[in-house]
Amino acid sequence: MADVPNDAPEHCPGTSSDQAGKSSACQGCPNQNICASGAAKAPDPAIEEIRQKLTSVKHKILVLSGKGGVGKSTFSAHLSHALASDDSKEIALLDVDICGPSIPKIMGLEGEQVHQSGSGWSPVYVEDNLAVMSIGFLLSSPDDAVIWRGPKKNGMIKQFLRDVDWGEVDYLIVDTPPGTSDEHLSIVQYLSGAGIDGAVIITTPQEVSLQDVRKEIRFCKKVKIPVIGVIENMSGFVCPKCKNTSQIFPPTTGGAQRMCEELNLPLLGRVPLDPRIGRSCDEGRSFLTEVPDSPAAVAYQNIVQKIRDYSSSHSTPDDPC
Amino acid sequence: MDSSEKGSLAQVKHVVLVLSGKGGVGKSTITTELALALVHAGKKVGILDVDLCGPSIPRMLSVGKPEVHQCDAGWVPVYADPQQKLAIMSIGFLLEDSDEAVIWRGPKKTALIGQFVSDVAWGELDILLVDTPPGTSDEHLAVLENLRKHRVDGAVLVTTPQAVSTGDVRREITFCKKTAVKILGIVENMSGFVCPHCSECSNVFSKGGGEELAKLTGSVFLGSVPLDPLLTATLEEGRDFLQAFPESSTYTAISQIVNTVLSSLDA
Repeated sequence: MADVPNDAPEHCPGTSSDQAGKSSACQGCPNQNICASGAAKAPDPAIEEIRQKLTSVKHKILVLSGKGGVGKSTFSAHLSHALASDDSKEIALLDVDICGPSIPKIMGLEGEQVHQSGSGWSPVYVEDNLAVMSIGFLLSSPDDAVIWRGPKKNGMIKQFLRDVDWGEVDYLIVDTPPGTSDEHLSIVQYLSGAGIDGAVIITTPQEVSLQDVRKEIRFCKKVKIPVIGVIENMSGFVCPKCKNTSQIFPPTTGGAQRMCEELNLPLLGRVPLDPRIGRSCDEGRSFLTEVPDSPAAVAYQNIVQKIRDYSSSHSTPDDPC
Repeated sequence: MDSSEKGSLAQVKHVVLVLSGKGGVGKSTITTELALALVHAGKKVGILDVDLCGPSIPRMLSVGKPEVHQCDAGWVPVYADPQQKLAIMSIGFLLEDSDEAVIWRGPKKTALIGQFVSDVAWGELDILLVDTPPGTSDEHLAVLENLRKHRVDGAVLVTTPQAVSTGDVRREITFCKKTAVKILGIVENMSGFVCPHCSECSNVFSKGGGEELAKLTGSVFLGSVPLDPLLTATLEEGRDFLQAFPESSTYTAISQIVNTVLSSLDA
């Protein structure tokens, strides 16, 4: 049963809560007897189905922030491109931002549709070894709005994990929306059987960003996801004319560096603001191939290498290697 | 409609939502600057911050960690100024530890937003601005459902120039159309950066997308706000940018946007 069923009353404690069926809010709920008997607390069978489905996936990495607009999708897309530059690796990119799916555009896959076969939904391939899934592929128009409450978003995420035919995959990268809500809880819950290698946290230098990112890091601790490290994006802008650096998003409280020191987390790297990144994303091209010698591209490649190193030295509980 | 049905919003003249589909485009920044500009123009303003996972408003207005009190009419909002011209409600005030994550699913978020709308004693306000998180989900539906008894004048949509942003904002426009929220106009934020050293303008996040989106969707283009490190820095410090830098082009841009919004409310 869903954590909060559609017919639950306003202050439903949740079907997996100790108070399920017993709290005053449960009076009159059609599910009260089921909850009180403990039957609703049984784990969602989808978790085991997903565990089995993803045994062919070696590494699962979440890309998180607490803050919107810091570059999660940009990083997820380019991490995927960088990992896929090794032809011997199979890479999968899953976009669970249900309301604002940016991945199709950034990967140059706008307008693509998803096909169903006997073995499930086929993801969209941008390269032979790079597969992508997003709700963007299920929408028929760029104006379509996905106006869904939490439970419906959770159902979609479950389908993405259980019903997509990913095949043999070395890295599954999961791009998330900002926040610490339904999408994040669902990803963690549905992957609880299959295991998550870790999370990469993206921030920008200023405190308005860091204050949300600290919450995301707390979330990771609470749900026991290891934090691979933090990336400080939009970290300074070098004027193309006079070459002076401006801190457009100033690190008034010490930026990601100080936060990482305080929280004892690795700072994976800093990526400068580069207008060519935004342009590449809008055009659906990888800026790692467009401007490979740019400081931003070099920073990205260094960060990707650290993630590769982390993945090869850590394994999830079900990972045979 | 009598005032008892309108409840705590009975004396609120106008309600304006600040929306985007996209995160990080400057909704909270624009909400804050609109609020300050309106206060400077002599209005009584309220800000309802319904971003429960990432509440940015308290820091931007330097209101620290005040206690939220109850009175007969409900929760007392927090005032950003001694003259009580700017009232705020945010989950940020209810968290003991500001690093505490609010890890709630939709229904719990919906319930708190209901309380924020109905149980806060806003009193007499010229405008209530509602700052929202990105997306088209529980928070947005909760706000509209709870405001159903009160008129929502419309929404200001914020975007940055690039297509990845306008792509999400198009979906937000559809949300507004489906929920019968009038679009007061589109603001293009982070619209160009003028280097303080050599005055070269760089289009860090591309150019023109906001204006194109307005044309494409038949919406009013309210104006562009440049990428201004002084604006970011004053928000970090919770200072009033409009008082600190009244000569800046950013100030001019924001003032023009405010004037256009005010005229559309009075029309």
